[in-house]
Amino acid sequence: MVKIHQRKFISADPEKCVGCQVCEYACSYSHEKAFNPIKSRIRLVRVNQLANMAVTCRLCEDPACVAACPRNALSQAEDTGNIVLDKDKCNGCGWCIEACDYGAMMLHPETKVVYVCDLCKDKADGPQCVKWCPEEALTIVTSDTLAQKARISAIRKLFQEKEEKQQ
Amino acid sequence: MLGYAGTILYIDLTTGKSRTEKTTEETAKKYIGGIGLGMKLWLSNSKAGVDPLSPENPLVLSLGPVSGTMFPTGGNGHAFISKSPATGGVGEAVSHGTFGAELKRAGYDAIVFTGKAEKPVYLWIDDEAIQLMDASRVWGKSPGETEDAIKDEIGDYYVRVAAIGLAGEKQSKMANIINEKTRAAGRTGLGAVMGSKNLKAIAVRGTHDIKVAKGEEFMDMVKEFHERMKGPASMRYRTLGTVENLTIANDLYCMPTKNYSGSHLDKVETINADEINERFVAKIIGCNSCAMRCEHEALVREGPYKGALARIEYDNLWALGPNCGVDKLDSIIKAAELCTYYGLDATSTGVTISFLMDCHEKGILSHEELGGIDAHFGNGDAVVQLVEKIGKREGIGDLLADGAKAAAAKIGKGSTELAQHIKGLEVTGYDLRCLKTAALAAAVSFRGADHSRSGAYQLDMKGKVDRTKAEKGRGKLVKEGENMLAVIDSLIVCKNSKATYYKELADLAKLYSAVTGLDMSSAELEATGERIINLARLINIREGLTRNDDTLPWKALNQPITEDGPAKGAVVTQDELDLLLDDYYNSRGWTVEGVPPATKLQELGLAEFKSIVEGKEA
Repeated sequence: MVKIHQRKFISADPEKCVGCQVCEYACSYSHEKAFNPIKSRIRLVRVNQLANMAVTCRLCEDPACVAACPRNALSQAEDTGNIVLDKDKCNGCGWCIEACDYGAMMLHPETKVVYVCDLCKDKADGPQCVKWCPEEALTIVTSDTLAQKARISAIRKLFQEKEEKQQ
Repeated sequence: MLGYAGTILYIDLTTGKSRTEKTTEETAKKYIGGIGLGMKLWLSNSKAGVDPLSPENPLVLSLGPVSGTMFPTGGNGHAFISKSPATGGVGEAVSHGTFGAELKRAGYDAIVFTGKAEKPVYLWIDDEAIQLMDASRVWGKSPGETEDAIKDEIGDYYVRVAAIGLAGEKQSKMANIINEKTRAAGRTGLGAVMGSKNLKAIAVRGTHDIKVAKGEEFMDMVKEFHERMKGPASMRYRTLGTVENLTIANDLYCMPTKNYSGSHLDKVETINADEINERFVAKIIGCNSCAMRCEHEALVREGPYKGALARIEYDNLWALGPNCGVDKLDSIIKAAELCTYYGLDATSTGVTISFLMDCHEKGILSHEELGGIDAHFGNGDAVVQLVEKIGKREGIGDLLADGAKAAAAKIGKGSTELAQHIKGLEVTGYDLRCLKTAALAAAVSFRGADHSRSGAYQLDMKGKVDRTKAEKGRGKLVKEGENMLAVIDSLIVCKNSKATYYKELADLAKLYSAVTGLDMSSAELEATGERIINLARLINIREGLTRNDDTLPWKALNQPITEDGPAKGAVVTQDELDLLLDDYYNSRGWTVEGVPPATKLQELGLAEFKSIVEGKEA
């Protein structure tokens, strides 16, 4: 199984996300040739005007969705960590939806089986939401790069504050 | 015919019954959608002379063919159209957000509301399922509170809501219709029409696919426009926001101050775009599908108005700020927040308050008559208190709630000269005395005083024409601007994206074809814009408006700018206005009284409405 700090997923920077939902359109169009947010694997949440963020699958370690499935329809790909669905086994019961802390599992309105971000594995230019995001708020990350980013920004802030105090 | 949902929904609020009609290809091509389709539906479903606040006045909600697609700024618009209680002519207001996209996915191109519900209701649209729901629990609440309560009640976070506030319930002629908490179909008082129907809100969930006719060509266009929107054409909206206009207008001495007493401020450092962005803007957000986000959320972080949060644009900043002599941002933001809370058009509200302040300073209204509010120019706290009074229709607020024109009619004592409105709609933040193309545009605008029906103020301010001169040729410029914006508001794409259409109507014609699969040339689209403007004129003529209504506020005609500067002495004389009107009517092919002759209607495919102009063509 792919190591946790090599497992890539899509992350939204809430500072940059403006809530435009372009990611939802890009996702539903590239997967289903239609503009329809309920067929998007990434969903925007605007809690209030100041809090906007798109959410999708985070490719968890020991994913709860896989563990919850009573029919063994879900598995995690060895090479990428992607969540993979066996459509023939899924009966749309929704236990995986309940199990996911991020709301990343969704029931498809037409196929009646669940669907989840596949990181556009069949697209030569990678995840379409990342490509289209006009704010560059979406990036492909690993938990390791995310931690690095947070660490660096925390330290920067600390030194900035220190400098300000000295002035 | 992709792009269109194919269905127009009719709801009789009196009986609670609904029916649908098909959107025909002929109607679609002729009127596009948005304000064009909306005005057509209004005209065909109403009788001449209808009282705007009666059950017989239809309220139309319409979408454009681009609504619901991924086209940047285009996916999200909707328009409300009705007879305006403020002007007595055609009222329309466009809003953006996500509501329009959701309604398109529910399967509708337009909704025509008629009648009046017995008790307060809201409409719940769940795709094909239509229900009128009891609104007693949300009656009295703000649009934002209403949205949250409805989402809770229905149990679906992704329901989109457009609602009126207390002002709409109390039928204030400045009431707007707000969707997603901060986006407003603001002008011409359509919130009052909704309130008169006991219709508190429209909630919608749509789950159908939106497809376009030429997928590849469409996606290429989306990509191209994402690039354009990163460039200089939309830089202003993305960065400082429309509030940048304050400095530009002020430098040109065309920013009306203190109810048109002046046109310039010596100091704007406390309220300009830099100050707003550095100290107040907490977040810039975007509407659905947009690639040039512009919505600046300003938050007051300290002082008596701590916690106030409002979307700030030049329009509400000007109306509640310099126009009232106020130079403190915290009270301006609080007043803007309250306008949204009560569901009031901030422009009209600000101009009505500045009118009151003018009356007070000139001794027309006493301190006692104002209920103890110290309504002097410059008192931001008084502006905040007055917005509250107007929202609740309390005390002096009841006098003001129907706008400056109505208030002046009640007050008398020469106060009509102080009411800055055209056709009953309050002016916006561009001094018409020294922007003469804009003055013509505002005078002929079918919805009353407004800068955004032709965009002519930009020609004046950018120096494309001599802005202090009234001359032949301006009529044609206003006409072209009007036609273009009629198309933009019918498609619907955002007016802020106008500069990204480098080839103007040719770009929009290409977009229309890519979405719908119907052939469309720029010449056809130009003719469509012209048709829509003529349609609006027909509505106004049917409702009794004439050339006499194509006029300017008293101060713009009679009180020259006094400040030393490039605009000193500027005023629009009646002779100049007449010259401009003649030139405009002529370029439109209308009579000297501003009536489109039957031959013109024939040419534009509007022959079915020619009875409106019979006997008026001489």
